[in-house]
Amino acid sequence: MVTQITSFGRSGLYDWMMQRISAVVLSLYSVFIIGYLLLNPDLTYEQWGSLFEATWMRIFSLLALLSVGIHSWIGLWSVSTDYLKATGVRFFFQSLCGLVMFVYVVWGVQVLWGL
Amino acid sequence: MLVSIYRYNPEVDDAPYMQDYEVNLPEGKDLMVLDVLNILKAQDPSISYRRSCREGVCGSDGMNMSGKNGLACITPVSSAVKNNKLVLRPLPGLPVVRDLVVDMSQFYKQYEKIKPFLINDTPAPAIERLQSPEDREKLDGLYECILCACCSTACPSFWWNPDKFIGPSGLLQAYRFLADSRDTATQDRLSELDDPFSVFRCHGIMNCVNVCPKGLNPTKAIGHIRTMLLQRAT
Repeated sequence: MVTQITSFGRSGLYDWMMQRISAVVLSLYSVFIIGYLLLNPDLTYEQWGSLFEATWMRIFSLLALLSVGIHSWIGLWSVSTDYLKATGVRFFFQSLCGLVMFVYVVWGVQVLWGL
Repeated sequence: MLVSIYRYNPEVDDAPYMQDYEVNLPEGKDLMVLDVLNILKAQDPSISYRRSCREGVCGSDGMNMSGKNGLACITPVSSAVKNNKLVLRPLPGLPVVRDLVVDMSQFYKQYEKIKPFLINDTPAPAIERLQSPEDREKLDGLYECILCACCSTACPSFWWNPDKFIGPSGLLQAYRFLADSRDTATQDRLSELDDPFSVFRCHGIMNCVNVCPKGLNPTKAIGHIRTMLLQRAT
């Protein structure tokens, strides 16, 4: 058993499962948004605004946003442990990724709820 | 035919280099790469490589032939030559001892980690532990591994983390014991594998399947291990 403390869930199985679940959420969200844009070629601001005012859409978008955070964290954590061999550099990169993802989540919540 | 060989003798050379040799191959015969090496060894006795059974059973002469890992003794020259040139390098990713000889310690250390022996804490029967033909069949495609290291040294995940990722060869063997009906340590074995490196560093690129000289499928075995871990935890 290899011990480490910086991965997402500290268990390989948990990280692997979350990576897949978040991937499914992200693909469903992408398909939905692309489909919506294709089916509504003459999209107006009001229509777009009312879509994002619906609670289900906010839940779906927040889910997608959290999935982006989780998915990219697990992915970039893997990349950093593959290619960054100096502990200090790796830890700095991981901290930076964590910070950026946190900023995006908070900022995304503000955007979604129009705060 | 031109043969380019990776040469490195740490006692003499500052850095590895490629040395070219011209070999006259007999007409109408497709030699194996190992035969070519033997011809060259007669010309230049300083060329070093491992070999033993010369029939793909011992796994000693794993090397990188024109970019693809394999056993030199069962790889025909015709399939390894590219543009009338044969390039021979040691297995990638492992420290080179000399020329085509690599230090396999890291590879064996990973093999050791998965406890490659049957563990059974029930009293031993008088004759032998019996297994149904169906249970025995589950070990097919697993027990044939000869530990030549062609797969693990073709795996980028093993190149970057040879101390943490068990590698395709070790994981194929791990599943060989997980799947064995006579083994009682399944839960302990699975617990040892549930971290982000040991198994989950495999991203399923199947380089291992592509190079295995015995035609085995480590990626499939790794998939089975994942399923076992998932079934245990959900």
